[in-house]
Amino acid sequence: MHRFRLTDAIAGCAYGGKLLLSGNEAIALGAWEAGLAVATGYPGTPSTEILEFLCGAEGVKSQWSVNEKVAYEVAFGAAVGGARSLYASKHVGLNVAMDPLMTSVYAGVNGGMVVVVADDPGLHSSQNEQDTRWVAPYAKAPMIEPSSPSEAYAFVKEAFAISERFDTPVLFRITTRVAHSEESVKIKGRSVGPKIMPFKKDISKYVMIPDNSYRRHVGIEKRLLRMAAFANTTKLNRIEPGSDKLGFIVSSAAYQYVKESYPDASVLKLGFSWPFCDEKITGFAKSVRKLVVVEELDPLIEEHVRALGIKARSKHNSYRIGELKPEHISDIVSGKPKTEVRQKTNIPQLCSACPHGFVFTVMSQLDLTVTGDIGCYTLGALPPYKTMHTNLCMGAGITMHEGMRLAHDDNKTVGIIGDSTFVHSGITGLINTVYNKGRGLIIILDNSITAMTGGQGHPGSGIDICGKPTETLSLEAICRASGVKNVDVVRPQDQDRLRELILRGLSDAELSVIIARSPCVLFTKREKVL
Amino acid sequence: MKPVANEFVHNILFCGCGGQGVLTAAEICGRAAIKAGFHVKMSAVHGMAQRGGSVESHRRFGKAVASPMIPCGKVHWLVCMDETEGLRHFSQLDKKGIDFTPFLKMAGSLLSDKRTLNIFMLGVLSTMLSIKEKFWIEAIREVLPEKIALINEKVFGDGVKTVESLRS
Repeated sequence: MHRFRLTDAIAGCAYGGKLLLSGNEAIALGAWEAGLAVATGYPGTPSTEILEFLCGAEGVKSQWSVNEKVAYEVAFGAAVGGARSLYASKHVGLNVAMDPLMTSVYAGVNGGMVVVVADDPGLHSSQNEQDTRWVAPYAKAPMIEPSSPSEAYAFVKEAFAISERFDTPVLFRITTRVAHSEESVKIKGRSVGPKIMPFKKDISKYVMIPDNSYRRHVGIEKRLLRMAAFANTTKLNRIEPGSDKLGFIVSSAAYQYVKESYPDASVLKLGFSWPFCDEKITGFAKSVRKLVVVEELDPLIEEHVRALGIKARSKHNSYRIGELKPEHISDIVSGKPKTEVRQKTNIPQLCSACPHGFVFTVMSQLDLTVTGDIGCYTLGALPPYKTMHTNLCMGAGITMHEGMRLAHDDNKTVGIIGDSTFVHSGITGLINTVYNKGRGLIIILDNSITAMTGGQGHPGSGIDICGKPTETLSLEAICRASGVKNVDVVRPQDQDRLRELILRGLSDAELSVIIARSPCVLFTKREKVL
Repeated sequence: MKPVANEFVHNILFCGCGGQGVLTAAEICGRAAIKAGFHVKMSAVHGMAQRGGSVESHRRFGKAVASPMIPCGKVHWLVCMDETEGLRHFSQLDKKGIDFTPFLKMAGSLLSDKRTLNIFMLGVLSTMLSIKEKFWIEAIREVLPEKIALINEKVFGDGVKTVESLRS
């Protein structure tokens, strides 16, 4: 909401004292104080504000990258080069970056690298509710989980040190309630600026070919043992002694709910939550008469505690769905299932006069089958339009259109995608359709901004992360270069022309692209100011 | 900070629709509470708010606060900017909690500019909290742009007076 930046926070009177910080802002500020030099990401709720807050911070080169894979690789390149770097995205964004992530753990870093990933339990604004903690054991990367903005601020500094000590990228996993909750945080201030370490050429470490990777994998397994030993000693995993009648093992935001509901109980609070601190867990389990594991979404801690042969109460399976809330804890302790159902909220709608609305009006009049994509325009699936029939992930509006056409080539199927999403991962799909001689119609809903997440720039809008002008990518030129012969640009408000182009594109023997271009009604003013 | 048993934590739920200034009101309230020396936590849901969806913000402060979310049934002040949204959250109210719907009705006849409703409600709220008026005014000046701060300070005063006139 309040778009104040790190530079404002430092300049503000509150600096050196207490600041009201969201978890995202706390991560940015903590990283900056730890000597951060490079920050990359792609906007996505609830992670967006981390990069926004860092923009313009002294000594930090920050960027919106084209997509998360690119962001990860740029940040990793900086870390290998010797800079402390940070990557930030939402959970589904990290899926896009999984390819470089998996192998980057083999190569290791030089300067520290922190990979911030924000999960969205309860699906406040996401297409799935995945528990990204599983990435830690899958990628064999250490994981740190703060439970509040003040912990996020302190832990991110530890994360850089841990990354350099163990020579690996570190997962820094938060949830919506950590990212978007705010807390009054005591600020320490930055004592040192960014320091870039020299890059030592080492082909056996940084060139991942089978022989090198095999040796690095041996190193990873040894590293895991050292990290497991570290987990038992680090203060990030702390025991808060209390009553011996009841003890909790807990991580992330759930810790706050446990403290709210059972302030007198004993708690083992996991901050360095993978690899597990087996000795601490075993010792803690012995110290309490009843042990309860509380965690949001999947049973990661629960399964490990059971594998250690420890008897513990854990949440009823029904709590694997949806967000955990403070009032749930007592029911979890007594083993009851979840009774709460997802509350209905006001259905969001496209803004009045939104240019996307005109396209949906025409498509619904023509009764088309629409493969959709991620953005404000996903609201076209809801009333009054109900004119989007698939929505999967970034870029799938184009590729699922190709697949649907392979199943039913009935001149009724249209793929739609936004401008930012097209640049993110639509271009490769478009090339694929042309290469494989697919036909049909793609409409790019071009409002020249990443609107859904609050109006961030991207290559097609020609403004960078700080709102400054940069090279503008021409969407029509990219489409033509991909081999699409019918590329038309239309104002969506010109409904007759739009309808005519859609009808022509649907029946044409070759693939057509219509770029429906009109600036977002929310962010046009901002563009003028810039 | 660790929560202390039996220590009172103020629980305020701000709710309304996108564009009503729900989050701005919560922000001002949080800043005023920090100035008054409280430990403050807040939690908001605003993913799709810009497109007219429901907006809610939990604001909690006291000596030490654990959960950023108010446990269900523990809301002391339900500051609603919209009647329907107020109804939707009514079940979260504590037995002794205060529902702001009646003030919403009064504001309807009092305010010449409905965009200032959020600040009017803060004026009303301020009469029920132990935060000095000067902290509220400082917070308003920090959060709102200069050109609208003055008019909003006046509206804040109207909120205070509305409650005072009811009490006398």
